[in-house]
Amino acid sequence: MYKKIALVLFFISSVASAQEIIKGIVVDEKKQPLLGANIIWQKSTSGTTSDEKGNFSIEKPAEFSILEISYEGFETQKIEVTSTESLTIILKEVNNLKEVTISKTKRSTEHSLYKVTNVQTMGQKELLKAACCNLSESFSTNPSIDVNFSDAVTGNKQIKMLGLTSPYILIAEENIPSVRGASQAYGLSFVPGTWVESIQITKGAGSVINGYESISGQINYEVLKPVNDIPFFLNVYGSQDSRYELNTHFNHKYSDKLSTTLFLHGNTRQSRNDMNDDGFLDNPIGKQVNILNRWQYNDTEKGWVSFLNLRYMNDEKQAGEVDFNPDTDKLTTNAWGSEVNTEKIEISNKTGYVFPEMPYQSFGFQNSFQSHKQESYFGLNQYNIHQTSFYSNLLFNSIISNTKNKFTTGINFAYDKYDEVVNVNFDQDFSRIDNSVGAFFEYTFDNLNNFSLVAGARADYHNRLGTFVTPRLHIRYNPWEQAVIRASIGRGKRAANIFAENQQLFASSRDFSILNSDGKLYGLNPEIAWNYGLSFIQKFKLLGMSSEVILDYYVTDFQNQAVVDIDANAQQVLFYNLDGKSFANSFQAEFSIELIKHLNFKTAYKYYDVQTQFSTGQLQKALQAKHRFFGNLSFETHIKDKGQQWKFDFTYNWLGEQRLPNTSMNPTVYQLADYAPAFAVMNTQITRTFSSTFEMYIGGENIGNYKQNNGIVQNENPFGSYFDSSMIYGPTFGAMYYAGLRFKIK
Amino acid sequence: MKNIVIAILVAFFSISAVAQEKKSKNKKAEIKVAGNCEMCEKRIEKAAFSVKGVKSADWHADHQDIHLIIDENKCSVEDVAKAIAKVGHDTEIVKAKDEDYERLHGCCNYERL
Repeated sequence: MYKKIALVLFFISSVASAQEIIKGIVVDEKKQPLLGANIIWQKSTSGTTSDEKGNFSIEKPAEFSILEISYEGFETQKIEVTSTESLTIILKEVNNLKEVTISKTKRSTEHSLYKVTNVQTMGQKELLKAACCNLSESFSTNPSIDVNFSDAVTGNKQIKMLGLTSPYILIAEENIPSVRGASQAYGLSFVPGTWVESIQITKGAGSVINGYESISGQINYEVLKPVNDIPFFLNVYGSQDSRYELNTHFNHKYSDKLSTTLFLHGNTRQSRNDMNDDGFLDNPIGKQVNILNRWQYNDTEKGWVSFLNLRYMNDEKQAGEVDFNPDTDKLTTNAWGSEVNTEKIEISNKTGYVFPEMPYQSFGFQNSFQSHKQESYFGLNQYNIHQTSFYSNLLFNSIISNTKNKFTTGINFAYDKYDEVVNVNFDQDFSRIDNSVGAFFEYTFDNLNNFSLVAGARADYHNRLGTFVTPRLHIRYNPWEQAVIRASIGRGKRAANIFAENQQLFASSRDFSILNSDGKLYGLNPEIAWNYGLSFIQKFKLLGMSSEVILDYYVTDFQNQAVVDIDANAQQVLFYNLDGKSFANSFQAEFSIELIKHLNFKTAYKYYDVQTQFSTGQLQKALQAKHRFFGNLSFETHIKDKGQQWKFDFTYNWLGEQRLPNTSMNPTVYQLADYAPAFAVMNTQITRTFSSTFEMYIGGENIGNYKQNNGIVQNENPFGSYFDSSMIYGPTFGAMYYAGLRFKIK
Repeated sequence: MKNIVIAILVAFFSISAVAQEKKSKNKKAEIKVAGNCEMCEKRIEKAAFSVKGVKSADWHADHQDIHLIIDENKCSVEDVAKAIAKVGHDTEIVKAKDEDYERLHGCCNYERL
């Protein structure tokens, strides 16, 4: 060895005279060589690293003599070099490694691999992707929910899940059913987006805890909690179509236990737009005032948490012909117009108690009182509904022998008083009182590894639906790593509020008739459906990038349905009990990938086969695209020290052709094609965060400027017998741009 | 030597103190359990639940401990520790046998207590 070094030294010194070479080996305490240890001369920048055998060699400048040898996870050693002898450096392992922070950007929408139900959570980040404005618009970046185009008269964007409209979805605010009955048509637009903390979307039957009404799925939204809220939040929004929105939140914490937030929302649209030149406003003008005062009491030591919500909302909308003036033209044939005024009052309370000695055991008690009053007219049709409801739910959670076996049980009570008057081709008072009482039990098993199930059932007595049992079952299995298979089956039953849910049809010259008279709900029978679902998720690395594939297949099979038939005759709406088959089959394939850090791509293909047996035959559901394609690209820059960041978001939606309601009996000029053409809509948004407290955004909806031009049949004579403004398959306004800002005090 | 005597005395007193308490149906306990990964978590919790009377068992990798709620009429913390040691994980009360430790998956070979 000595000879070798001598030889090398001789050789090198002959090349680079006066330079000494130091050689050595770096090993750990077990004499295992360490690869990649850093060897540098103290106070210098010249250094080297060890090779896979732990060997290194380094030139020794005359002015340095102390070598520093360091290796991650080992103590750094210093050695004074006095000769050219080969060195053996033994590094000692450090036992307590310094904490390593691994940062991973949280996805804006999370799909769980471990929850039993097929639930996805949309966080604040996802909600901010669509800056405007209320809950119904929050879903535009989510492929599981389809947002319909608002029709010109109601201005309402209805949502669909698994090919079925929102009445078949149980929509709950913090697990208290909120959008139901009279509020079905507009309810989502009465919840400002900035109030919402997160949204949970459950596909398929869902839990029995919140009721028997859900058929295609459940949407639950959580409102910001006063205890974690910031003292002040401001959001201002304005758009090219003269829609302005203002949101302010004021939070105050009285103590570590008691806190409150006051949410104030106002929106208005004043200018009259008619971009497609049909003589009608493209969007209703109007204003909304919405106030929520939320109180939270938290006593974590004793296990109590309680919320109290007080809410008032007033919304006014005016639509119809551009020159319609309600003061002179209301309910006349001077000009066609419509006004929808809604007032809502809500008081709700939730109290939860967790046993301090047994964190798996808890009580929950929810109570809610709501008054929803809508006064409206559509041309000469009048519709007034006032729903007063009370809902109460008492829950108990605990375990059977251990936390692998959990259960929730409870009872609930619902009371709904409807004052409903319909004045169309007939004038009838449909006022009624509905009440129901039910008990439920839900059992959850988890083997803590790869299998879990939720089996639930409830029994209800309802004065119109009768006494009935609602069973639901969900199973989750992880067949291998990063994958989950879910299956669900469940039954749902509901009372269809045929007028409230189909209000857009009032804006037509159609005659309304209910063909059955022996049922307890407008003469009709309750709707009953079974939902079966299968879902598969696989997360994996594709070329080192985290990706996810989701496949879903759901079937909803109606045993009875309150069929809304606008195909039998273009001058009529018929309501009748289903006689034959009605089903909605949906398939969805979704793929998402983080292309590079902070650049996410998500794409989905959706197939819907929704058919109903009408009096004239089995037909595909009208205004429902069979094929849909979705793409979303989002990029955000790295957050700088003071919080500065850019965020870019782009969404592409392609809708295949949609069947249009039958107009073949109309005179040729008032006939529509059998199918609406396929088209694409693109939305984009750019957000600039200047600091952690201030950001601005600009965006565009439908930037490709696609317009449905024949949105209103017989628009030139709205009091003629062929007038119909309900056949909307695409956007009527064209491209629309907006801007806004958000300001926070933390 | 002095230290050992103190330790024995302390242990003795704490045992007698426990013995005087009424047996709780929802006794909370936290004991050190060594482990590494998600596989360890599943194994440790499964072992804990295999003991009758364990109502809740939650192992935390970052704190290297398990939070237990047990029915003292049916089992003791020591019973749970034994069951965990049996599947190869050292606890502050009972250590795992070397052969049980060796049987663990490579990524589960934690640093022994």
